[in-house]
Amino acid sequence: MENKEIILSVRNLKQHFPIDEGGILKKTVGFIRAVDGISFDVYKGETVGIVGESGCGKSTTVRSIAQLYKPTTGEILFHGVDLCKADKDTLLKERRNIQMIFQDPYASLDPRMTVRNIIMEPLRTYNRRGLLEKKYTEDELEERVKDLMEKVGINKAFVNRYPHEFSGGQRQRIGIARALALNPEIILADEPVSALDVSIQAQILNLISDIQKDMGVTFIFIAHDLGVIQHISHRVIVMYLGKIMEISSSDELYSNPLHPYTEALLSAAPIPDPKIERNRKRIVLEGDVPSPDKERHCCYFYDRCSKRMDKCASCVPPMFDCGNDHKVACFLYDDRPVAEEADDTLTEEEQKLKAKEARKHKKD
Amino acid sequence: MNKFNNANVLLEVKDLRTYFKTDNGILKAVDGVSFTVHEGETVGLVGESGCGKSVTNLSIMRLVPSPPGKIVGGEVIYKGTDIMTLSEKELRNIRGNKISMIFQDPMTSLNPYLRISTQMIETIRLHQDVTKQEARAKAIRMLQLVGIPSAESRIDCYPHQFSGGMRQRVMIAMALSCNADLLIADEPTTALDVTIQAQILELIKKISQEMGTAVILITHDLGVVAGMCDKVCVMYAGRVVESANTDDLYENPMHPYTKGLIASVPKMDGSREERLFSIEGQPPNVIDLPPCCPFHPRCNRTCEVCTHAYPPVKKTGDDHYVACWLHCSEEEREEALKAARKGEN
Repeated sequence: MENKEIILSVRNLKQHFPIDEGGILKKTVGFIRAVDGISFDVYKGETVGIVGESGCGKSTTVRSIAQLYKPTTGEILFHGVDLCKADKDTLLKERRNIQMIFQDPYASLDPRMTVRNIIMEPLRTYNRRGLLEKKYTEDELEERVKDLMEKVGINKAFVNRYPHEFSGGQRQRIGIARALALNPEIILADEPVSALDVSIQAQILNLISDIQKDMGVTFIFIAHDLGVIQHISHRVIVMYLGKIMEISSSDELYSNPLHPYTEALLSAAPIPDPKIERNRKRIVLEGDVPSPDKERHCCYFYDRCSKRMDKCASCVPPMFDCGNDHKVACFLYDDRPVAEEADDTLTEEEQKLKAKEARKHKKD
Repeated sequence: MNKFNNANVLLEVKDLRTYFKTDNGILKAVDGVSFTVHEGETVGLVGESGCGKSVTNLSIMRLVPSPPGKIVGGEVIYKGTDIMTLSEKELRNIRGNKISMIFQDPMTSLNPYLRISTQMIETIRLHQDVTKQEARAKAIRMLQLVGIPSAESRIDCYPHQFSGGMRQRVMIAMALSCNADLLIADEPTTALDVTIQAQILELIKKISQEMGTAVILITHDLGVVAGMCDKVCVMYAGRVVESANTDDLYENPMHPYTKGLIASVPKMDGSREERLFSIEGQPPNVIDLPPCCPFHPRCNRTCEVCTHAYPPVKKTGDDHYVACWLHCSEEEREEALKAARKGEN
């Protein structure tokens, strides 16, 4: 990307969910470390893909960016404003520029609202508060809704219909129209094509790239399908167990994967060509993704890695800069300069919990 | 050339039709599906949701809920006997014993109230005359075979104590515990992550080679088919539109739908095109389909006859069959058009 203006930057984001036990006398016994200290930048007009297996924290990351969860620690800087610390009014203003598209087109549209109301709702909310460029009349809003429907390829005569009257692909288009309603700068797409059939998936992917070309919207795009990610993204983030394993440009990542996890992920993805498929050497990873409820002071991928060394067991690898905008968190590349130090400090709550446990231990 | 062509035919599905009665009319979920499975062969059924892949296989096992579903025609010949004519008792000897099935979601297909041991021993003792201890030993052996660590103790766990991939392993162990010679796998890896999917596919492949089990693999993922199957049937709106050996199908797809399907998959070969090829429109509603090619509204090579009559299945190469008017001769098309017009008048 020639234009290197940073639009969003995430710094050391941690999102821990408490595990509670007991009924009325709730007691926190631990934390699920859904996202455990990640940092990355997003440039204007690009698509950043996030890949990883279920439970690796991809959805939590984008939800934290949209402030649907209050992050445990870390900063999310959007145009220099830290969204985590922003007050309600600032947040409302900034959120106009951050919209989401969700995975399940059946669950993400209110079944009791017409298409008009679904697409108009964000417009109305902001119009009422006078946060749009100008005050729009109801007719102008109606006009805008119809424009949006046309843009995403839904017949504007269907404006009075309900979601159940549409197929999955069409519903996803309605969800996209809703996300576009406020002319956002960045759209967070949380597995928008995973629930769709191949032929419909191609339609939606094309629609998304058209929108990006026309409107210059920045996308953060989550998918677990590596083919989809390569097709749509300029840069790719590979996540595992709440940590970033590798960040790189898409072409670089697919031609030259550095992290053993990325290699395994790429080799596990089926390729629709029997000749290639038959002669491929597949790296089959042993075991499952471990539970993210433990404190880790080793490489997060240690348990399943085929190239683990002694060093990996004792500390968390920092991000090594391998040049060409390619960063990887793996000690195999420890001869390269360090781009970011790993942070394995505990959050305040965790420290409290630990202190409490230590006291209890002492008493016993 | 498929190496299984000379092997014995294990299962032959002939013109299978399964219809569902709905408030809006007759839903022809499966409408004339035919294919054969040879011993030890892996056959893929691909298609989009609603194309009738799953119903085809439920029909083979006679598991279609009736009413509203009904198998209205066709034969399913397993080693010379037509499954459709068997009594419920005779069928039980085949179902779960000779032909086994694994499903998409391993959590809903295991009973959450029962230990794995209980469920596995039940299956084994239902079909084989063995004592409980022998059945348990066999179950443990099967769990070890599918790669469950410390199977002796894990067998007494409940399904929720296993992860998704492990549950699917348990399902496979259970399905194969009675020496099945045909395994029907209905989207076995759709609910799993890529790395776990790779494990399970490797396992199915290994087992089918070691035990000589034939597999019918239902999937929508063309990548999975490429790696697993010897032969592929592409389904659309309740019919097989093309069937061929895997290599042949990917190299030389004949039907416009197959071509579109293969072209619309984003590939990981480094060549990033701006736009993906996409098949316009939606899969059709299979209620009250007109008697014409169901793909014609989405097809880029529609001609007049496509909108009037369903194309016959043509052999276009070694074991390569396609149902498309493009591969019929001029005379055939004209004749069909005439006949259709006559029928309309």
